[in-house]
Amino acid sequence: MDLNLQELNATEFPVPAELESNIAITSLSQLYNWGRRNSMWPMLFGLACCAIEMIATASSRFDFSRFGFEVMRATPRQADLMIVSGTVTKKMVVPIVRLYNQMPEPKYVLAMGACASGGGPFKEGYNVVSGMDKYLPVDVYVPGCPPTPQALLYGMIALQRKIDGQSIANGDDVPWYGVGSAEPTPVPVLGPDIIDPRQMDMIRRQAERAANDMAALGMRELPAAMQMVAAKAPTATAAPVEAAPVDGNALAFVLPAGGRPWEEAEDIREKRRLRALARKAVRASRRASAEEE
Amino acid sequence: MPTAAPDAPLTSTTIEGAIDHLRATYPEAVRADDREGYGGIIVDSAQLLDIARFIRDDLGFDYLSSATAVDYLGAGDHMEMVYHAYRSRGGGALVFKAQAEREQPEIPSLVSVWRGADFQEREAWDLYGIHFPGHPNLTRILMWEGFHGHPMRKDWREAYYEEEQKPFDSRWPGGHVHRAEEKNVFGKNVSYPREIDLSRLMDTSESAVYQSLGLGVDVERVMDKDGFETNELVVNMGPHHPSTHGVFRMVLTVDGETVTSLEPVMGYLHRNHEKIGERNTYLHNIPFTDRLDYISSMGNNHGYVLAVEHLLSLGRRYNEPTYRCETLRVMMVELSRIVNHLWAIGFWLNDIGAFFTPVLYFIQERERIMDFFEAVAGSRMMCNYMRFGGLFADLPERIKSVSNLVNDRARDYNTMQFLTEMVSERIPRTIDELEQLLTQNEILIERSVGVGVLSAADAINYSAAGPLLRGSGVPYDIRRADPYSIYDELDFDVAVEDAGDMYARYLVRVKELRESVRILRQILPRLEATQGESIWADGKPGAYAPRVPLGEAYGRVENGKGELGYYIVSAGGKSGTANPWRYHVRAPSFINLTPMGIMSQGHKVADIVGILGSIDIVLGETDR
Amino acid sequence: MYGTGLAKGLMLTLRHFVDSYIDDIRYGFRKYSHSVDNFGIRQGTQTKGVITVQYPDEKVAVPERFRFVPFLIVEDEDHPTRAGKDWCTSCGICAKVCPPQCIWIVRGNDPDTGRPVPEPEAFFIDIDICMNCGYCAEYCPFDAIKMDHDYELASYDRTTHHIHDKARLSKPNSYWRSIAPTRAYEEMLARGTWEHKDAAKEARRGQSASRSAPRPAAKAAPAPAKKEAQPTPAPAAQSPAAEGATPWSEDDAKREERRRKALERKARRAAKRGG
Repeated sequence: MDLNLQELNATEFPVPAELESNIAITSLSQLYNWGRRNSMWPMLFGLACCAIEMIATASSRFDFSRFGFEVMRATPRQADLMIVSGTVTKKMVVPIVRLYNQMPEPKYVLAMGACASGGGPFKEGYNVVSGMDKYLPVDVYVPGCPPTPQALLYGMIALQRKIDGQSIANGDDVPWYGVGSAEPTPVPVLGPDIIDPRQMDMIRRQAERAANDMAALGMRELPAAMQMVAAKAPTATAAPVEAAPVDGNALAFVLPAGGRPWEEAEDIREKRRLRALARKAVRASRRASAEEE
Repeated sequence: MPTAAPDAPLTSTTIEGAIDHLRATYPEAVRADDREGYGGIIVDSAQLLDIARFIRDDLGFDYLSSATAVDYLGAGDHMEMVYHAYRSRGGGALVFKAQAEREQPEIPSLVSVWRGADFQEREAWDLYGIHFPGHPNLTRILMWEGFHGHPMRKDWREAYYEEEQKPFDSRWPGGHVHRAEEKNVFGKNVSYPREIDLSRLMDTSESAVYQSLGLGVDVERVMDKDGFETNELVVNMGPHHPSTHGVFRMVLTVDGETVTSLEPVMGYLHRNHEKIGERNTYLHNIPFTDRLDYISSMGNNHGYVLAVEHLLSLGRRYNEPTYRCETLRVMMVELSRIVNHLWAIGFWLNDIGAFFTPVLYFIQERERIMDFFEAVAGSRMMCNYMRFGGLFADLPERIKSVSNLVNDRARDYNTMQFLTEMVSERIPRTIDELEQLLTQNEILIERSVGVGVLSAADAINYSAAGPLLRGSGVPYDIRRADPYSIYDELDFDVAVEDAGDMYARYLVRVKELRESVRILRQILPRLEATQGESIWADGKPGAYAPRVPLGEAYGRVENGKGELGYYIVSAGGKSGTANPWRYHVRAPSFINLTPMGIMSQGHKVADIVGILGSIDIVLGETDR
Repeated sequence: MYGTGLAKGLMLTLRHFVDSYIDDIRYGFRKYSHSVDNFGIRQGTQTKGVITVQYPDEKVAVPERFRFVPFLIVEDEDHPTRAGKDWCTSCGICAKVCPPQCIWIVRGNDPDTGRPVPEPEAFFIDIDICMNCGYCAEYCPFDAIKMDHDYELASYDRTTHHIHDKARLSKPNSYWRSIAPTRAYEEMLARGTWEHKDAAKEARRGQSASRSAPRPAAKAAPAPAKKEAQPTPAPAAQSPAAEGATPWSEDDAKREERRRKALERKARRAAKRGG
């Protein structure tokens, strides 16, 4: 490892002036990353078609143990990496979130294939989740339907590169060293349709709005069959959704006039980032008060 | 009630003869289905049960292949159950249908006649809301209990609904891209009924699973045979379990280590294949069929194109696929079958304890077949190779790779030489190795002989198919019983074993591997002989949006897992349609699970995964 | 004897164990060499067992027909007349045959006349939906959309990377010829020229309109040296229309007429479906 001391000292981690030359923290990160990236055990967990290619990747011809993805563990408690290999259905996302919560940190999620990344060809289906990242933080997306073993290996190497770039000093990268215990991801509820507990407020708001203006919000109701056919009632896609309070990320693509971007309200990563920033602020203020004293 | 006593022995064994006989016996309750392009009979649902028994016992159609619902909204406005019954001796289908009102439809359950109707009727209840009086456990099977609505009904619309049929108008010419979730109110492909009450929201899907199985309490005191008081436990396996071949789940009741009852729970990979398939055009569905039984996509393609070609043949301009086309299809399907069986045996061994070594040996040959598929069809697994009246492309002269990434290493083989070496040397050698490793292995024999026994009568009654059926001593192979493509001119034997246990199924698969190699040996000279012949029935590639004449078709093939059937209805247009009205997949993996319960009773928990492995399911097909 | 079956099986595993070293001994360090071409043999049917591909250091090159996500063909930068021009005419067939409907095309319009021009204004493919089926490439009448061979697409953020726009999708024609030489050649035979269909038509028209003029430069298109067997297209039938009005406007009018009729048909169909 060749280290540029000057560069490394420019980390955001607060290094007291008298210790500027001490770069122990950064090099520890590298050591730590080296250990983590080379002993990444995936969970033995297959969802759909992609799982077969994942097995092919694990078998002799491509053999991902060469990279330290040594053995696949059937229990989440011994796994570091969840390869979401296939279509995530609403019925299955509940166990997946539970499994994720059972994994010890540090944990990573790799979305393998189009379905796990963004819904895939089955996205339009009523029982399909449009991407694993709607429920869990995903680290690497591997496109393809299915990705060939080599494409998956590329994604795994990409994950290793991502780990290489992480720093223990940065709460964004390694939130599991934060203060207090990590919150488990809330498990979705299977009601009349799947319900994300984090969305509860928004659903409530929409339900209230629905009381006033139902059709414009695309609330599905099941009137008499023939009426439905005859009337061709406007649906969610037909009528542009009125601007509802959005606190999600901005969209990367231009939308047609009239439509408003509607990302889901909460994003785990965003929350984590905010938490990390808050922690940082607390630390900074503590330091400041200590210096004053 | 029968008006004419059918005392005279059945002289006519043809389908027409059987239908005549049936109409003579039940003149008021049976009428011919005379809609354009349709066949079979429509049965008065009040007498359905009697007639079904008559069809099974007197007419000899003892094997119920498929039972599925169709929603004729706006085209007659009724719900219809379509049954395809076959004789286990072979021959064509007796198609009979029962109709009901669309609102509150009710059709008597046929579970007491054919146990194989069990899951299929539950599916029809789940997706269409048809009620089946007399069904022992009429609960949702693919969706969860508490889900709002019955999604396959034509008036039910999903959250990302755009239009009734593809192609969608928003894609071109004004195709401003957006993601569907950006337009959906709740973002995550969900929508809620108006009357949703969040304050009283409860996830009852789990408790409903246990309650529907009659397992109100988890622990039950029972007396064992020596008079000791023991506890009966409910054990849940899956959906995340290394031995359930994907996201399958079983709920077992165990007395000690012994299983007293088992109930499969599925739907964890229900990705709405059929709903999407009815929005799709006929052509769109071919790549979707790849993702059903994703181990053998070629076989899935084959069944679907056969069904649609059958519909197309009702039209005026129709040419049969060329001989070369059929030959190539059969070759691809047989290669898929080899892949499928190698995979099935390997993972079955995983389940019973030989962890991964056999799988790794078998995957070696699979990788080479995958290389071949990749070179011919473009993808290792999702081949999307067959078209209506043709194929994607003929064999390339050479299996040649082209370097374009850094560190790419190219390969270049002559295709026919590659195939010849595979068929004459490598695959037979692998099968020999497989037999050397396993067939006489004492541990394997002790683990599998006498475990998971399914009798021949049960296998037929439970609509088992494929190696599961043939392992129980029923020599029923669609390639022989109801030949399609060029199978009638090929020389091969139907693999069959009488014992009906796990080991018998293993032996059937090994025999079928050898028969597949035998078929491939006959295919190669045919390929040489037809070199240069067009692969397209019309001499040129087919249209991208073929209009399919009105009617119904059921195309079925013998896939690696068993009978794969496609029931397709072209309705709603005047002169033909571009999108199927009904697209149903008779999935062998799904129906083969029906006898799982009776096969598991009395065995140990460790045997259950083995029994499941010996059935050989793929969840993409089970849940669709 | 009890146990013989087991012993036989174990002999097989022993043989596999030994075999796994034989290949190493046979090739020694040569197997890492790029100069000696033993990779093809070791990955083919001639070898025993299966040999690990040392992935990032050596990759199995994919066959010509391999399909991953689609890309659009544009003319090479050094094309004499149409450099950088799209092959796509935004006819929309790819969007129609796409099974999961992941292709979005905005057809361009002439800013003055408002008429559609034969090139896309915007083109998007959502690779989170794309199922790599290859229909778009198969049914494209202009050979303008093709399936790419680059499978190394993993990313850390799908919101910004996974909807490929026209800039991301466009790749030069020479790239397609390099990744699929045989198929590019077959397509050329079917089209009758290495050029784009319309470009060739235009060139022919130019030729027929002014016979005395020097041969258009389009003929000097960069055809690969190895494929000299370029069939010269049969000279276009000389239509009397070429004399009078400019052939372009004539052609356009016809096209517009066809389009109008098609729209009418469509409206009728829609009305029928609605009613």
